[in-house]
Amino acid sequence: MEMRKAYSVTMAELMKQNDKIVILDADLAKACATTTLHAQFPNRSYDLGICEQNMMSVAVGLSYYGYIPFVHSFAPFAVRRAYDQIAMGVAYGRANVKIVGTDPGICATLNGGTHMSFEDVSAMRAIPNMLIYEPTDCNQLIKALPQIVAHEGACYIRMTRKDDLSVFGQDYIFDLYKADIVREGNDLTMIVCGINTPDCVTACQQLAQEGVSVDLISVHTVKPLDNKTIIDSATKTGRVLVVENSNYKGGLYGAVCECLAINHPTYCDHISSEDKLGEVGNLDELKSFYSMTVKDIIDKSKRLIQK
Amino acid sequence: MDTLSIARDIRRLTLKCINSIGSGHVGGCLSIVDFLAVLYAKHFNFDSTNPRMQGRDRIVLSKGHAGPALYATLCHFGYFPEQQLLTLNRLGTALPSHTNANLTPGVDMTAGSLGQGISGGVGLALGSKMSNDNARIYIIVGDGECQEGQVWEAALTASNKGLDNLCVFVDNNRMQIDDYTDNVSKVEDLDAKWSAFGFHTIRIDGHNHEQLDNALNMAKTVKGIPTAIIGNTVKGKGVSIFEQMGVSNHSVSVSDEQLEKALAELV
Repeated sequence: MEMRKAYSVTMAELMKQNDKIVILDADLAKACATTTLHAQFPNRSYDLGICEQNMMSVAVGLSYYGYIPFVHSFAPFAVRRAYDQIAMGVAYGRANVKIVGTDPGICATLNGGTHMSFEDVSAMRAIPNMLIYEPTDCNQLIKALPQIVAHEGACYIRMTRKDDLSVFGQDYIFDLYKADIVREGNDLTMIVCGINTPDCVTACQQLAQEGVSVDLISVHTVKPLDNKTIIDSATKTGRVLVVENSNYKGGLYGAVCECLAINHPTYCDHISSEDKLGEVGNLDELKSFYSMTVKDIIDKSKRLIQK
Repeated sequence: MDTLSIARDIRRLTLKCINSIGSGHVGGCLSIVDFLAVLYAKHFNFDSTNPRMQGRDRIVLSKGHAGPALYATLCHFGYFPEQQLLTLNRLGTALPSHTNANLTPGVDMTAGSLGQGISGGVGLALGSKMSNDNARIYIIVGDGECQEGQVWEAALTASNKGLDNLCVFVDNNRMQIDDYTDNVSKVEDLDAKWSAFGFHTIRIDGHNHEQLDNALNMAKTVKGIPTAIIGNTVKGKGVSIFEQMGVSNHSVSVSDEQLEKALAELV
């Protein structure tokens, strides 16, 4: 299932249960697959047109009226276009607004550099009390959304639209505030979030065949970070590789380094968009361009354990 | 008490409030006092002993820097004692320079970064429609603030969604920080602009209480579209020392001596 389909099907269920949930779009309802929600809940769904800043502040007003607005756009427009509205209106205003930014980073593929948000994680991490959630797969997203509705306060949901990611099984138990240990090992800690997770699983399997055992931690909630899981693993392995679809400066790498620097100083490296701007291309081309392929993950892991 | 006396009291309280910290946005506070006096005395559905009353009307000061004028109004109408006005801008106060809905009883929107408050007000108006509680949402924007693109995004949403429970008061004092609005970036013809964005538009003298009262009454009768009351106002209105400063009265000090002179004028 496409991630956006999993999103809209789950939101429909939640909207049936909770009449306070409101859907806001800015002319990307079709792209974000929320059109079905507009059709099912016409009195609680608004397409405001192309005005992300206005949409964000309207959401603040709805939140002050006791509603739980979910606002949708592509990640760059949800975050950087409406950043002041998020910082002042949502965060400083303590509004219970859920911000859904789709196709983050290289997921923007053929929309290219103008639509490629590598800075959104860093930008949102710098906002106090902002919960940042990036689904690992569709199954997890389905379990996460009810917990996000129950979480009182601002959330940023950073998700791909079309990828059908599958990491966890049906019996997977999800905790919004706790990272998942996907596999255990002793030589290296690999910390990943979002669309890079399946590639990390593959890389870990191949590394295992070469005698390298990896602790693979899937971080779905980048903020607040599950420090304990990361510290425990880094203490065990002594080497950390962070893999993320965003700028490592202030991204998940930044979060992990901030955590370890004070708790358990550990050598950390990263696979990320580096500090590069966006480019146009298909997903595989972009993974190659930003050195995010399975081979890149394996090579960097090997170099790291030799340090 | 008649509305003219109320307005004089609000002006007195506004200046005492600003004097307590030494300086503030005097000009743009004094220009909206008559609107606030008439609104709260004759139109606004509120209970100062129950600031979160269900179905109450909402006030959005989108030009959030005029906080002290709203605080003075709320104080006059019994939301909090006069002593509290003297805590303006002190660390930990419930009365910050720019309005904060989470801190101040009677304040319904957090605003300060211009253009955001009006969109927040649109959200309140949508919320009221969904809740079917018959609240009216009053939003004060400045003429300078109308240079913000977001004001017009909000205006489109308000008219397209048929928010006839929403009333915008444009405090058209024709001045902004750097100069006269006309010299910085002209926003007139405001009637034509708000009409073009789908609002029922009324132009009045923003200090004439009869005209304010009539405009607010008319806004309640307009169905299917929101209303914009464009009030021609004077920055610093009602206190000669500040009126005479003209464009330089945006953010100024209020000394004890100036306060004394002003209070004598506002008897």
